[in-house]
This record gives sequence, C-alpha cells and structure tokens, in this order.
Amino acid sequence: MSSAQQRAQALFNEPACDTNKAKDATARKKGCSKPLTPGAAAGGCAFDGAKIVLQPITDAAHLIHGALACEGNSWDNRGSASSGPSLWRRSFTTDLTELDVVMGQGEKKLFKAIREIVEAHRPPAVFVYSTCVTALIGDDLDAVCFRAAERFGVPVVPVHAAGFVGSKNLGNKLAGEALLDHVIGSVDPDDVSDMDVNIIGEFNLVGEFWAVKPLIEALGMRIRACIPGDARYIDVAGAHTARANMMVCSTALINLARKIEERWGIPFFEGSFYGVSDTSDALRQLARLLVDQGADGELLVRTEALIAEEERRVWNRLAPYRERLAGKRVLLNTGGVKSWSVVAALQEIGMEIVGTMTKKSTDEDKERIKALLKNEKHAFDSLAPRDLYAKLAGGEADIMLSGGRTQFIALKAKTPWLDINQERAYPYAGYDGMVELVKRIDLEIHNPIWAQVREPAPWMDGAAPSPTTGDADFVARTRKKFASATVDEMGEC
Amino acid sequence: MARILHPPKSVSVNPLKSSQPLGAAYAYLGVQGAVPLFHGSQGCTSFALVLLVRHFKETIPFQTTAMDEVATILGGADNLEEAILNLKKRTKPEFIGICTTALVETRGEDFVGELTQIKARRAEDLAGTEIVLAQTPDFEGSIEEGWSKATLAIIEGVARRGAPARRNARRINILVGSHLTVADVEHLRAFVEAFDLEPVILPDISGSLDGTVPKSWTPTSYGGARIDDIRSLNEAALTIAIGEHMRAPAKRLTELTGVDYVMLRQLYGLKSIDRFVTVLQSLSGQQAPAAIRRRRAQLQDALLDGHFHFSGKRVALAAEPDLLYGLSSFFAGMGAEIQAAVTTTHTSAILEHIPCETVMVGDFGDFERLAEGADLLVSHSHARQASETLGVPLMRVGFPIFDRLGSPHKLRILYEGARNLVFEAANYFEAARSEPDPRALDPFQNRETLDERHSTSASRGH
Repeated sequence: MSSAQQRAQALFNEPACDTNKAKDATARKKGCSKPLTPGAAAGGCAFDGAKIVLQPITDAAHLIHGALACEGNSWDNRGSASSGPSLWRRSFTTDLTELDVVMGQGEKKLFKAIREIVEAHRPPAVFVYSTCVTALIGDDLDAVCFRAAERFGVPVVPVHAAGFVGSKNLGNKLAGEALLDHVIGSVDPDDVSDMDVNIIGEFNLVGEFWAVKPLIEALGMRIRACIPGDARYIDVAGAHTARANMMVCSTALINLARKIEERWGIPFFEGSFYGVSDTSDALRQLARLLVDQGADGELLVRTEALIAEEERRVWNRLAPYRERLAGKRVLLNTGGVKSWSVVAALQEIGMEIVGTMTKKSTDEDKERIKALLKNEKHAFDSLAPRDLYAKLAGGEADIMLSGGRTQFIALKAKTPWLDINQERAYPYAGYDGMVELVKRIDLEIHNPIWAQVREPAPWMDGAAPSPTTGDADFVARTRKKFASATVDEMGEC
Repeated sequence: MARILHPPKSVSVNPLKSSQPLGAAYAYLGVQGAVPLFHGSQGCTSFALVLLVRHFKETIPFQTTAMDEVATILGGADNLEEAILNLKKRTKPEFIGICTTALVETRGEDFVGELTQIKARRAEDLAGTEIVLAQTPDFEGSIEEGWSKATLAIIEGVARRGAPARRNARRINILVGSHLTVADVEHLRAFVEAFDLEPVILPDISGSLDGTVPKSWTPTSYGGARIDDIRSLNEAALTIAIGEHMRAPAKRLTELTGVDYVMLRQLYGLKSIDRFVTVLQSLSGQQAPAAIRRRRAQLQDALLDGHFHFSGKRVALAAEPDLLYGLSSFFAGMGAEIQAAVTTTHTSAILEHIPCETVMVGDFGDFERLAEGADLLVSHSHARQASETLGVPLMRVGFPIFDRLGSPHKLRILYEGARNLVFEAANYFEAARSEPDPRALDPFQNRETLDERHSTSASRGH
C-alpha cells in the first residue's frame, strides 16, 4: 500500500466522526467517499479540497506547483472574505510546460518561484500545493520547501494533496494534516489568556463570520484563530494556545480538531452558527468549555443574558415573515446535518419541509429528520435529476434550497430556488443571518417573475396558467427523458 | 509588425490562460447530443465544468474518466473504456468527445490506439455514437489550441472523406473560432442565410449554450452542429474559417474532402466584413439584401459618431491571439492607441499583425505592469484585480466572464455587432470623463510631466 493510501486510510478511520462510528469495520475501511465511477463521477478532487481549506488564510501566498489547469481554471472562485490582506486572492502557479516535465525542471522552477514570491510580496508564509503531474514525476516537494524556508527565512508549507489521491473531502482533511505537521504550534504568542478560543472549519463565506464574531467578543472571549476564514498565518501558528475549540464544518476538518485535542489538550465541541438555537448552543458550549478549563464562572451568566436578549430580538424580527411564509413548502437538497437547525427555524415561522436528502446523514440523524418531517417518506436517500425535476415541475414545492449544482434543475422547472451552499451571495450565519435567510426566501418566493415565466406562450393552447407550475402531461412527457444519474452524484458539498 | 516577447518565468501570477482540454471540451459542446469526456482525474473536469457554468449559467454535461493513483500507475485504458460505456448507457449521447489532460499525457499512452481497440471490441454497445479524441495536455496551449484540435478531431472522425457524388453549390461550411459568442454565431447564420446559402457551422455553440428553457431535461448538449451535417461537410462549395486558429482544421478538411477554404482573420472591422460579404455575394450570385446594406450604413454612421471618443485613447488588451488581434485592430482602426497587448502563446501566426510595437506572452501580473496609465482595459473577468489595482475600467470580453450577466449574448461581429462594439467601448470612455479641472489645465502646473507625456505619445505615433 502506498504511503498516500495509508494516510488516506488513517484519515478515514476518524474516531471522532459520528458517521464513521456508526459503520461496521468493512464499511469503515472503504472510507467516507464513494469509489469513483468513470463516466459517472462528479465533484472536485483532493487538490481542490486542500486549496479550499487553506486559501482563506489571507496574508499567505498560495503557490500551485503543476500544469496550468489546476490553478488556471480555478482561481479567484471562492467567496471567503478578508478584513485586510488581499494576497490570498492573487494566483501563483509554476504553470509547468512540456519541456519542464520532460527535462525534470519542476523542482528548480518551484524553488525560483518561491523566491520570486517572497521577494515581491514578503508574505508571512508560502503554502505550496502538489498536483497530479508533479506528484507523478516525483518532484520532492518536502525537500524544496524545506530548503526554500531555510534560504529565504519564511515558512514554506508543503501540501500533499494531488488530485488523483481522492475526493475533495479527503483534500480538506489532508490540508488539516499540513497545518498540524507544519503550522500549528510553530509560534508561541505572548498574550495568551484563559479566554482564548479557536473556531475550526469556518470559512467566512460572504463575510458571514463577522455576524458572529462580535457576539463571541462581547462575552469577553478572544478568537485566537478562525481556521481558515479571514485567518492570519501567525494566528493559526499560535492556535495551540487556545483553551477551547469549536468545530464548525466537521466533515472537512474533524481530524484537525481531534488531533489538536490529543496533542495540546484543547477540548472541542461540534457546533453550528446556522439557525437560532444552534447559534445559542454554540455560544453556550464555548462558555461552558472555557469555564471547565478554569475561566471565571461569571461567563456562563453573561452568556445566558446575551442569548436571551439576542433570541428575543431575532424572533421579533422574524415575526413579520410568518404571515408571508406560513404554509409555504420547502424542498431541502443538501446533505449535511447542519441544515437541521435552519429547518427548525423555518418551521417556527410556519413553513413546511416537504422533502430532504439524507444520503450523507447517519442513522441517528435520520431519526431526527423523520421526527421533524410531517411525512417520513419525504426523506430521500437519493433522487434522480429526472425525479427532482418532475417534483418541482409538478409544483410539489414552493422553493428549493440547495447548492449551485442542482440550481438549473429548479430553474428549468420554473421553481424558486435559493443557494445555501458556498456560492451564495448573502451571509446566513448567526442570529441576523437567520433573518437574512428568511428574508431571501420571502423575496425569492414572491418575486414577480414566477408568474410571468409560467404564463403559456401566445401560440400555445390558450389554457390559463395553472396555479402551480406545470400540467401533468408536461411532467409525464419530460420525466422519462432524464439520465439515470442521481442528484447527489452531481457533487453537492 | 509586432515583436513577440516571450520571457521565461518561474511563476505565473494571475494566469490569463484557461487550460487546453477546457477549450477542447468547449468545442465539443458545439455538437448536438454531445458529452465531452476528460481523460484525467476528476478535478480536471470539475474545475473546467464550474468555470463554464459560471460563464454560461447553464448545466454543462462534462464527464471524467476519474483517474486515481492506481489507474495512473497501471494505465488508463480500462478507465477510458468504462467511462465510455457508462456514458453510452446512462446518457445515450450521439457524440462523445474525449480530451486528454496533463495527467494522462505525462504518463503517456497510445490513446488513439486504445480508442480504436475499444471501438472495435465494443462496436455493438457503441453503435449510434460517434467518438473522437483530441490530445490536449494542460502543459501546453490554452482554449484556442484545444478548440482547434477538437474541431480537427471532429472533422477527422466524423466527416465523410473524398468528393461527394454531388456537390451542393449553396452549401458552405463555416469553422468558427472559440472567440465568437453565442450571439455572434446566431447572427452569423442568419447573415449567411440572407444570401440564400445553407451554412453548416462547426462548432456551433448557438444551439447548445444559448440559455433557453428546454422542454425537457437533457443530459447531453441540447443543440449544436448535427452529426449528419458534419458527415456531409464534404458536400459544401466552400469552407470559411474564422480566426487563425481555425486554419488547421480548415486545411485538414480541404485535404480530406477537396473543399477549398477561405480564411477570415476577423469580423469586427468594416473592411473585413465587406470582404466576407464579397465572398457571400460571389458564392450565391446575389447582391447583399437591403437589410444588410442598411446595417452597413448604420455602422458607417456609428463610426462617424463614435470615433471622437476613441481618438488618442490608450487601450490595454489581454486575450487569446485571435480575439486580441480582432479587437486591437478594431480599437486601432477607431484611432485609439494599443498601449499593451498580452496573450497566451507565441505560436499563433496572427500575433505579428497586431497593431502594437510588442506583444507580450504572459499573465495578468505582466498586464498590470504594462497597462498602467491606460484609459481602458479589455480582457476577461480575471482582469478584475488588475482593474481594481490600476483604477482603470475593464471591458469584459472573451472567456471566462463570471461577474457580469449576458456575455454570451453580446453581438460584436459583422455590421451590426461592430456597431454595438463602437457604442459599448465609447460608453466606457464617456463614463470615465471627468469635469474640467482648473488645476489640470493651468499651464504653469505639471510642466515637466506634461512635456514628457507629450513627447512619448508623439514618438509612439503610427
């Protein structure tokens, strides 16, 4: 077995992962991503996943060592936000040519590239990513990075996540390993306090962490590092001195939180900033962990007071939407558990969940989901695009919440749709984020275009437009033309 | 004649290029019922797919052979076969266009041989689906090269060889470059049909990426050049190639079928468009119809009204060779000065004709340096950082354009499109106009810099 494979195996055997614990030994060995079927695969590669995790470290330079496509087709495509440095948005790649590959000039070129970046930008660190081609021709990334760090006096971090080692999710985890191996613990901050926390797996998409950060700080806590959203390299390097960790996107970085606990004894909990009750829970648990670690117990009282005040405020702000959204039917097409606190809030204002995907959920989660759904048959393990299209075209939902990959199924079925994945344009985290989400749902469902696009053309048989989307005939005709692919094969993350 | 600068570099900063297999897969989408298949790891496909989705706001039916470490070591033939069979079974495409990537090309296999064997062994399973392959490693070329190779592969794989039993005197083949938009291709067809000619356009993205609401969900491209029309390319009276990068496929088509070709470098300027019309008139034996004549007069008027805004303006462009050539010729033809021209490759024969002292093969790092002080940047969306840094407005052209809507529907060729182009660019200049400022006009202010600027711009004179 190759060392890369051993590494992947080790990552998939994650003791802190609920899904993993629920599996038997054989299933566990297979890892958490399905084997890829040629001709029927979707989603990003390990390199993609690694870059997603590390690139939001805003003051570092990110250098992709490989042929053009890996970086040239993908740069400047994520919605993380920075409160200061912009270097992370600049794209650096060695853009290997055929001659470089044939003549084995990759390592030399990489070394020079690091020098040029350091000379031009003086970054606090350079992350260097291997890719399929450079892994295949055997460029010694570790040696070049080590030598460059020594020579230029800047940390140079090798990230081993060539695309062909596996899925995007594996890449997320490999990036976590790079942080553990080379970054976290490499700097000792001189201002450590017993109120320091890390937030792990928060990407600050559309700046949404900024809706939460002030709450945490108002309680007197200090965020040592948010990894990776709007992070500075030196804060990540000193993350081992915090007293408590909150794990936000566990799918991506559970290995990081667990290993930090093992190595430095920092306890962590899994939480979410999506939804009212989850945001409150997250604040509560952070405070609890700090107090357990020796912080003043008064923190718990302050936290409850803040939660009470914020919850009162958010429910007041949500109240006007009840009238407009009560009874509206939501189809939720996303795998993760975290959406469930959002669901609770939507139900609170009277919306109905008419379907959801449970492919990525554990058995325990499925039970929780069934309890929340009116009709448990509406939890689908997988749904083919043709079936999803048919449901939407048949008017079975008033809106679909999903990620970009299923966007066009909803739109072509003339159904309101809202992006709740990484390409979304609005921040949904924290208390105010929940109001924003509900506001966006309201705006989307009540947008005047829906009535217009469903109107039959003047040359069609003049029936008045039906109150829902389409006629049964139309649905029946189009249903059979779909491919047999399933929606979750379209690679939601 | 422009000098081509191609300095060696260790690091590319903010790449201008997209990858060669992306260009090939993009061209394959111009065939009806197509599924482009990347022979590489799944990331090769997903990055290209996401970029096209961001540009077109449409589902893009790309697939992958999903090479992993083991397949890379042992060879990818099995993955290729499995992928083709799976695709055939699940999506029933009329056409599968394969593009290789850097990963499999670095390993190096006899892909053509493998494909021939797969086709022979699985003839029954694969009946009714045309399959072609273009070798497009990411470590060379960009969209143009990939697009050109894919078009060539389609011609070699699908078109009937030799002279037909009967030529159709009204039929013409048009091989269009990757730099034409959906609207350009749509308009081109109508324009040619106005002469009572029957155009077959290849690749034809106007039917497959034109942003409609189809009546059903289709797992392949839902429009484009029909396989039957590609088969009968040999029946045409003439082939017209638009853009230097379509010369190779056009030449090959001539070799295979005996259909002569005419090369049109661009369709953005009055004289070039007139030449195209002359070709159409002689082919059809008809004079241009009244509507087209009126469009020409409208373009003349737009040139008259618009040129004031262009005179002396400094324009910096970054694009692939044919688009760069076409648009820089347009701006120079309006009286603007081409301050910088940055491109993706040194190999295109069109580069030396670009109306600029030097053409730089490089990236947006170079562009930012060369474009300082320009009045307008002309490039794709990735130039937005340069635009922010330099404080110069960006006119978005080419691919990818992911931060503005409607770019596939911008018509910029032929009389009507060129008129749009005049207005579009002039409005950028107009929007950037500032109120007269007494300090800027004071003859005792800034004497030295004024003298300097004057002498440099004079020495740059044409």
